[in-house]
Amino acid sequence: MSTDHEAVVSAALEKYSSTEGALLPILHEIQDALGYIPSDTIDVIGKGINRSRAEVHGVVSFYHHFRTHKPGRHIIQVCRSEACQAVGALGVIEKLKRTLGIDFHESTSDGQITLEPIYCLGHCACAPALMVNGEPRAKMTPDLVDSLVNELRTKSHDD
Amino acid sequence: MTTKIFIPRDSSAIGLGANLVADALTRVTQSNKADVQIVRNGSRGLIWMEPLVEVETEAGRQGYANVNSNDVDSLFKTMFAGGGDQHEKSVGLVQEIPYLKNQERLCFARNGITDPTSIEDYLGNDGFKGLKAALSLDGKSIVEIVTQSGLRGRGGAAFPTGIKWNTVLNCPADQKYIVCNADEGDSGTFSDRMTIEGDPFVLIEGMTIAALAVGAAKGYVYLRSEYPHAEEVFTEALVIARAHGYLGDNVCGSKRSFDIELRRAAGAYICGEETSLLESLEGKRGLVRPKPPLPAISGLFGQPTVVNNVITFSSVPFILANGASAYKDYGVGRSMGTLPIQLAGNIKRGGLVEKAFGVTLNELLYDFGGGSASGKPIRTVQIGGPLGAYIPEKDFDLKFDYETFAAAGAMIGHGGVVVFDQTVNMASMARFAMEFCAIESCGKCTPCRIGSTRGMETIDKIIAGEDRSGNTDLIHSLCDTMLHGSLCALGGMIPFPVLSAMKHFPEDFCLKPDANKAVA
Repeated sequence: MSTDHEAVVSAALEKYSSTEGALLPILHEIQDALGYIPSDTIDVIGKGINRSRAEVHGVVSFYHHFRTHKPGRHIIQVCRSEACQAVGALGVIEKLKRTLGIDFHESTSDGQITLEPIYCLGHCACAPALMVNGEPRAKMTPDLVDSLVNELRTKSHDD
Repeated sequence: MTTKIFIPRDSSAIGLGANLVADALTRVTQSNKADVQIVRNGSRGLIWMEPLVEVETEAGRQGYANVNSNDVDSLFKTMFAGGGDQHEKSVGLVQEIPYLKNQERLCFARNGITDPTSIEDYLGNDGFKGLKAALSLDGKSIVEIVTQSGLRGRGGAAFPTGIKWNTVLNCPADQKYIVCNADEGDSGTFSDRMTIEGDPFVLIEGMTIAALAVGAAKGYVYLRSEYPHAEEVFTEALVIARAHGYLGDNVCGSKRSFDIELRRAAGAYICGEETSLLESLEGKRGLVRPKPPLPAISGLFGQPTVVNNVITFSSVPFILANGASAYKDYGVGRSMGTLPIQLAGNIKRGGLVEKAFGVTLNELLYDFGGGSASGKPIRTVQIGGPLGAYIPEKDFDLKFDYETFAAAGAMIGHGGVVVFDQTVNMASMARFAMEFCAIESCGKCTPCRIGSTRGMETIDKIIAGEDRSGNTDLIHSLCDTMLHGSLCALGGMIPFPVLSAMKHFPEDFCLKPDANKAVA
């Protein structure tokens, strides 16, 4: 395991050492720091909380939130649910996929932007909605997708 | 005198630009050296008006709807010229807006009025009165009051809250738990999110009353990972509540101990099902547990556990503060009290409407909602999330009441109303229901795990025109198996949207109306 992974994992295990049923909080801690749950951390997490490697893997793979691959610098999570569909979410999703040239759970070839589906962000009264790096955008349209993607690409370019 | 300006920190308002407005307004007031205090309040629930900026005046709060950062200069000038209602974005006094005025707000009494993390605001607006009343009662009396109020679980199952609490109260155990289900996964619902972001102390108060009632010392709030803003507000609120002695080893000096831990979920819809949620809290895959045993008897870590929805807990402080009959006086039949209903999807005035049970769908869709957002006729609504039936226009006179809905083959669920106009294709929506079930199934029982995928394929065949009559029979038979053979409501109820779509909108499946059977 790489040293930075190791540091993150041991800090997470330490932080929740006296928490009951701590696996989800531990996984969140790791993903918040690294953006995903690297495969080389599974074994160490299991040993840390006295659970088998298979059990930890089972939990990681069960929940849609946990990623097993490193995401792009920017993550767009777009809602697919009925309320968003009722006001044109499918058009927004189609536009996102076309503009970025990727499907769900993929990242752009430059590794900058990842696209993920999500089932409901709770912005159903101002749909379609999506979340960019944890910040909500409501009443999305295909045209707004263009400006959003430009904004993210400019940000990446500037840094 | 300092002028107070309110800009919501609700995440829907942020999604519509509230933070940009707040930044711009801060800049303008600073450069003008104006004596202004900007308060980030919760949302009033008039989501179609967000960002809704409010300015305190002698007559009440003057509102400005759909404000964007370009409006801030002119808004600032108008406000300080004393002619606040002259601005083009003015909506007059917020408390006089009919959408708000015609509601019965018990749970949402404070939302949008207070600063969510100001305990002074909470106390100044009837906060902790219910807890105070509860602290003078024994557990049995608290349970009795909640039972008398007629409160039923607002997560969707509508089980009488008092009966659940009574079971936990009468289960002897060293450790009992209070678990709040804030895994609000149903499309079209956001009342839990708004409560936690806009009035978090009401949830803390409700859970603490539950703890006093059943004798629990530890509580969990299981909150969706899709709600980062709610997580931020609630984390803050917990720290403040502890610092003021409302949580901890000596709740309000009563020598009773209760504390709450916030847990972030991880994007699995099934974890809104209570036993799956408990598995998740224990650090496992969110597989549904067979019942019995009931969680009230053997729940979290095998201990007696109260599992209730955010709105159920948030209804409790009013009941304790004002008495069971004050709550029971609202509502009809066996559906007592109020329900925060959420108007969503293709609706002109989307938002939160808390009304006593008995309000009709027509009143909600047209009087409150103003019809569809697109201006086209409303074709159907789906109520109760992705497992709720599609209701055709002929049934829009339905009254919101658990029994009336059940008799019509529909469910109220968590009170989300998703509106669709004429452009919706119901065959696509039926297929989506099966696809959603396939993605979200926990995999424990076969009818849900396999049935959903086969259902999706069969609907595809119907859409493609392949043996329509045979495949329609197959869908009915499959839905019958899922309905009766699934372990929980996911597989057990996904047939409702599918069959209601086929029954009421056969033309979208290229089916003749008479080829259909009634929804089981």
